[in-house]
Amino acid sequence: MQYHAVSNTESDIMTLQPAALSFHEVSMVFPDGTRALENVSLSISPGEFVTVVGPSGCGKSTLLRIASNLETATGGSCNIDRDSIGYVFQDATLMPWRTVRRNVELIAELHGVPKAERLERAARAIELVGLNGFEDKYPRQLSGGMRMRASLARSLVMQPKVFLFDEPFGALDEITRERLNDELMGLFQSQGFAGLFITHSIAEAVYMSTKVLVMSARPGAITAAIDIPFGFPRTHDLRYRPEFGELCAQVSHALRGAHS
Amino acid sequence: MSDSMNIDPSLEVLPDNRERTRVADLLGPAVVFALFIGVWYLLSSVILPEHKRFLLPTPHQVVKEGFLVWHTGERRGFYPILMSLWDSAKVALIGLGITIVVGMALATLMSTRRWLERATWPYLVAVQSAPILALTPLIRALIDGSMKQRLLVVVLISIFPIVSNTLFGLLSAEKSQHELFTLQGASKWTRLTKLQFPAALPNIFVGLRISAGLAVIGAVVGDFYFRQGGVVGIGAQIDVYRSRLWGAELITAIIMASVLGLVVFLFFGWLSRRAIGKWHITTRGQ
Repeated sequence: MQYHAVSNTESDIMTLQPAALSFHEVSMVFPDGTRALENVSLSISPGEFVTVVGPSGCGKSTLLRIASNLETATGGSCNIDRDSIGYVFQDATLMPWRTVRRNVELIAELHGVPKAERLERAARAIELVGLNGFEDKYPRQLSGGMRMRASLARSLVMQPKVFLFDEPFGALDEITRERLNDELMGLFQSQGFAGLFITHSIAEAVYMSTKVLVMSARPGAITAAIDIPFGFPRTHDLRYRPEFGELCAQVSHALRGAHS
Repeated sequence: MSDSMNIDPSLEVLPDNRERTRVADLLGPAVVFALFIGVWYLLSSVILPEHKRFLLPTPHQVVKEGFLVWHTGERRGFYPILMSLWDSAKVALIGLGITIVVGMALATLMSTRRWLERATWPYLVAVQSAPILALTPLIRALIDGSMKQRLLVVVLISIFPIVSNTLFGLLSAEKSQHELFTLQGASKWTRLTKLQFPAALPNIFVGLRISAGLAVIGAVVGDFYFRQGGVVGIGAQIDVYRSRLWGAELITAIIMASVLGLVVFLFFGWLSRRAIGKWHITTRGQ
């Protein structure tokens, strides 16, 4: 596993394999003059899970919206295979009129995958997130955690090479959140995608990532890049190891620096 | 593969909130019905002065003379009331069909273009509040045939709720749901059929039920102004009873027109539960 230093001052990057996602001095100024991002450079390779932490309103989500082309940057360039993006929203964004199975099928359906193959892929994705037995339930019959799993399964169906997560577990309780952290890490290992994850939670960031990027607010810029050297699989005990605490403290300090 | 994913998620499933019919659900309507009959008796045999009591026969008089007399020639009896009710029901249902098709098409168009929405709204509101009575000479001058004239009245009276509710529903899909479709490069048609239309269904059914009730009113009102010989609509029948002071028949005809409205309303409530009850939470207003 290789880590490469990434920050807005160090944009010259040595990569061992072609990056799945790279930003080169990306800037974003909204029409109302808000400078959401300034000279953000980063690159993520397959097998890397990069988390961005930062104060609310610092432009973290904008980063994902640019990567997925929901928004166009006003400066710099972004390289990504647009046909191979998985995007997980803040809320589960399920269609309430569709059952779990039909929700998981949705993205494949929009890509014109034939019915038989769609069903097969959906079944596999549902299995991966542990929702088997709930295929015929409607979203309103599920808990928040299960809805998020269905949302994950929907993105997994097309086996994307890059996964973008926009604070997907922010609305869940601590216990469900930690459980889903473990499950997502399992998926990351077995599916081998490149991950870009946005969160408010320092512990979540350190626990899941190969690298944590700290963002400052207004304009959003990456002020620190902290490598997380723990190997995979990671287990819950890791959260109570002193090294884990030290890395959390490091991220926390960097965040405070970003604030002032 | 992750072994961490073997937690049994059945613990997380929330209970179905299916409604149970309780005694109170039946008791309520029964009490209100008893009150209604009581007030009616009070009006017809106490409050009204004796020489005006022919205007409002008592409930048992109405049952005896209106419901239990089948046919006595002229237009008296339950049979001619049923016949004219059927005539009005046909007008109401055909008119409602036109309203649904035109109204939903209009709402769909309005949802795609903001300027079209703005340009159309004032006229829809105007149609909704225009007194049909004042338009009757114009309608008569423009359209031949009482059937067509009555259908036009039905459409004019019932179209507003279906347009406004469908439009509101089509625009109700969440931003993130739209973005999900945008990310997959979905076409406008796909977005409409797979996102906006299903999202609009709960609102469409609300609109349908209101429009259906109005279509019945429209048919009865249309009968008043546009009638021909032969079998006439229930509205025309009511007008005849009114002018001849046949109180029992008049009340019977009014009750039957209300029953028609009620049946249509209940039908659409049932249809709505069948179509979207599984995923849409509606416990009130049914």
